[in-house]
Amino acid sequence: MKIPLLGNIGAIDEGTSGLLRRIKLDPPLLLVLLVTSGFGLVILYSAGRQNLDLVLRQGMRLGLGFVLMVVLAQLPPQRLRGWTPWIYLAGTALLVAVDMVGYIGKGAQRWLDLGFIRFQPSEIMKVAVPMMMAWYFADKPLPPRWPHLIIGTVITLAPVVLILGQPDLGTALLVFCSGAFALFLGGLSWRIIFALIGAFAAIAPLFWTFVMHDYQRQRVLTFLDPETDPLGTGYHIIQSKIAIGSGGIYGKGWLHGSQGYLQFLPESSTDFIFAVFAEEFGLFGVGLLLTLYLAIICRSLYIAAQAQDTYSRLLGGSLALIFFVYAFVNTGMVSGLLPVVGVPLPLISYGGTSLVTIMASFGILMSIRAHRKRLSH
Amino acid sequence: MSKPRNGNTLTQEKDQRLEAELFGRRALVILALVVLALLILMGRMAYLQVLNHELFTTLSESNRVKLQPLPPSRGLIYDRNGVLLADNLPSYRLEITPEQVEDMDVILDELRRRIPISDQDIGRFRKLVKRTPAYNGVPLRFGLSDREVAALAVDLHRFPGVEIKADLTRYYPMGKHAAHIVGYVGRIDEKELQRIDPGEYAGSTHIGKIGVERSYEDVLRGRVGYQQVETNAQGRVLRVLEKIPPVPGKNLYLTIDTRLQAVAEQALEGHNGAVVALDPRNGEVLAMVSQPSYDPNPFVNGIDSLTYTALNTSPDRPLFNRALRGVYPPGSTVKPAIGLAGLELGVTDRNRSVFCPGLYRLPGQEHKFRDWKRGGHGRTNLDKAITESCDVYFYDLANNMGIDRLHDYLDQFSLGKPTGIDLLGEKPGLLPSPEWKRKAHKQPWYAGETLIAGIGQGYMLTTPLQLAQMTATLANRGKHFKPRLLYATQDQGTQQITPEAPRPLPDIAVKEIRNWDYVIAGMVNVVHGPTGTAKKIAVDLPYRIAGKTGTAQVFSLGQDEKYDATKLAKELQDHALFVAFAPAEAPRIAVAVIAENGGGGSATAAPIARKIMDAYLRELPPS
Repeated sequence: MKIPLLGNIGAIDEGTSGLLRRIKLDPPLLLVLLVTSGFGLVILYSAGRQNLDLVLRQGMRLGLGFVLMVVLAQLPPQRLRGWTPWIYLAGTALLVAVDMVGYIGKGAQRWLDLGFIRFQPSEIMKVAVPMMMAWYFADKPLPPRWPHLIIGTVITLAPVVLILGQPDLGTALLVFCSGAFALFLGGLSWRIIFALIGAFAAIAPLFWTFVMHDYQRQRVLTFLDPETDPLGTGYHIIQSKIAIGSGGIYGKGWLHGSQGYLQFLPESSTDFIFAVFAEEFGLFGVGLLLTLYLAIICRSLYIAAQAQDTYSRLLGGSLALIFFVYAFVNTGMVSGLLPVVGVPLPLISYGGTSLVTIMASFGILMSIRAHRKRLSH
Repeated sequence: MSKPRNGNTLTQEKDQRLEAELFGRRALVILALVVLALLILMGRMAYLQVLNHELFTTLSESNRVKLQPLPPSRGLIYDRNGVLLADNLPSYRLEITPEQVEDMDVILDELRRRIPISDQDIGRFRKLVKRTPAYNGVPLRFGLSDREVAALAVDLHRFPGVEIKADLTRYYPMGKHAAHIVGYVGRIDEKELQRIDPGEYAGSTHIGKIGVERSYEDVLRGRVGYQQVETNAQGRVLRVLEKIPPVPGKNLYLTIDTRLQAVAEQALEGHNGAVVALDPRNGEVLAMVSQPSYDPNPFVNGIDSLTYTALNTSPDRPLFNRALRGVYPPGSTVKPAIGLAGLELGVTDRNRSVFCPGLYRLPGQEHKFRDWKRGGHGRTNLDKAITESCDVYFYDLANNMGIDRLHDYLDQFSLGKPTGIDLLGEKPGLLPSPEWKRKAHKQPWYAGETLIAGIGQGYMLTTPLQLAQMTATLANRGKHFKPRLLYATQDQGTQQITPEAPRPLPDIAVKEIRNWDYVIAGMVNVVHGPTGTAKKIAVDLPYRIAGKTGTAQVFSLGQDEKYDATKLAKELQDHALFVAFAPAEAPRIAVAVIAENGGGGSATAAPIARKIMDAYLRELPPS
């Protein structure tokens, strides 16, 4: 089938170098990823107060991320599909383990320390949930029927509840979205969608009262009116709005942002790096970055749409949209449009945990692209 | 929109096609939503960055909340008796905040008309301005004199953005005395910027560069504090919102005794070289002299390039810490330790003697290994061999011991590896072994090389500190400690002093405790025996010294020394070495002396060691 908008972008790759093809990489997607993450290092140099070490460390992580991507691109989707239930079950088991350790240790617990490596099992679920959803619906009739819908909901919500218990609102939100996207792309009927939105509006107050932790509630309240507490919880948002706003159309120039440099900005090289960026590069820079993100999302959706089996389509589409949620939630939060939840700016924020998941997602997308012919009947 | 379809009744092929179409439609819907979301985001950005740009710029520039670093005051450095070695003096610097200046060139000209500002200052200032955000003050000149401050203060109000700031600057009251130990601080440079955590150095301009200042940087520096202040457009603080006070660095008391240091410097006067004096009972460094020395004070606020070039290119290398980093062949000073190895390993015993005709040949070889004494020493046992420094005895001993055992035994004396002193930059020297030679030179070990290793020549290289450490180890009969400069630390707040504990090294175990006595007896005879090589210093000596002379054949001063043909004659003279401890019965001081190109150890180096020991044991009141 032909989707005009996505087809145009897809046409770029006709006739490009065969080497990338041989290692199963999609040249247009690779190019945009490289440009964006390269740009990210430049921003990090300024946001990290010109600490070259920081940039080198992040560059190394990016390099490893790209290696992971290349490795995953070699893995045919059928193989991944066979492993899917096990990956999902293992991930869920690890979440339970972390919650138990956290319960015993009487504190927030997100990390699992295996001695030689520490990682967040919740991070795995950002990929494992869409995989499981795609696996489950791959041999079911689509659009989904009611019984299948219920099982799909359980597949998504079980890890979300576990992650909320850690408590990690940002990751829970992302995992929830990944499952919801799979359902939506699978053709969930609009009636149900609107009904769910209505139900959510009804349940939200209960959620507010019984599920959310104090600090999460505080964040939402602060978000609604940050000015009430300028040196406390509203500090983050006010400072980042000042940074963004004072950047203007053209920005203050690289390394010349005053807000980020003066450490007004909390987490200036991690979650709030977008504010440093918007201050130094202005509206033009923001437009450029969002265009890069849009290009990545478009290309990823196109790859998913071109896939010839349900598993690859649903998985690829969900992964593309999670990436969007990363970008939107982070920029929305930093600019005061959304509550403050701990979601990094994809490919730009300092840190390795979410980078691994993001690069793994693109590895899977590359694989879907590279193996599409063999999957056709 | 899309009606549910009954997938089960369709063929797989058809199902796939329909599903793909369904997916495509949904993908388009969601892409539309994505674009919409990004447009909303752009709208938000435009709202902040275009519509409200001025508001936020005002918020950013004026009445803003600033986080100001409060740099801690650096700890002072004293000697063991409380004599001040590194002080903080109030000083003034001239600072300009670029964003408050309309025409920088005009301002700079105006300022130059009032006080001297070098082109170098201007160049550095302009470079810094480019790298620093415009609202930050950039220092233009450091160390303003009172007269300069007065000259500027008269009409400073006419130059907005120009400020005189008071801070503390490091001052070394002893000047070039003990400069190699204390070291100095200097302005943080680009390389250091990459290494340090900028948060910890916020508001600080200086960092320990060398010596104790560098080695104990973390202790001396303290912890930076912060205050959140509200400022007006001119950057003036309106009120302090929150304050975390800085934690001042700790004061250091060093083990050195400044008086002994001065005696040692005087005793070595006229020679390039080094003296290290240790307390063998705990590893404390009592004095550490490297001659010639330099005045560290000009380095603190940037030394001018002429002075620096002169210091750096001087053939005497005043900046080079010979005690720590100079490597010299130890010569005969290692003979007592090798003698002990011979006794312990059963290669020789007290009664065994060798006939010394003045030269030694390996069986079946023509090459003659000469003794320093032309006619030879005649029948020689170990005691006589140490007392008279007989080379032939030690050729024979080394040959019987073999290089591997010799290497392994001397290794215990901290030769050929860092002693572990708490001063950065120590050179390891070299204790050769066949394995090392294979790696370094890709050549096999020759038997003759074992012989010359037996008299401390050849490849063997040691630092004066290592020789002092070896001597302290002998003095304390195998119970030894890492050499240490830190005597105690003092909290600047509570004034409480915390003494530093000795850092013991694993003891050198001996099979027979008498072997120590025998070797030490030989060393006592070096000074007090009728044929001892250092018997001249025994005149009017009210206590007993155990010592060993040495002469190091010169190839170069250090490994990186350049060959200078014009000075060949002087530089070819031997280095004079002397190691000793006293009192021989209950040692309290161990000394190593190296006088470069000083000729023989007995004539030049031994009297220097005696002066130091006299001062320490007899003249200076105990500390």
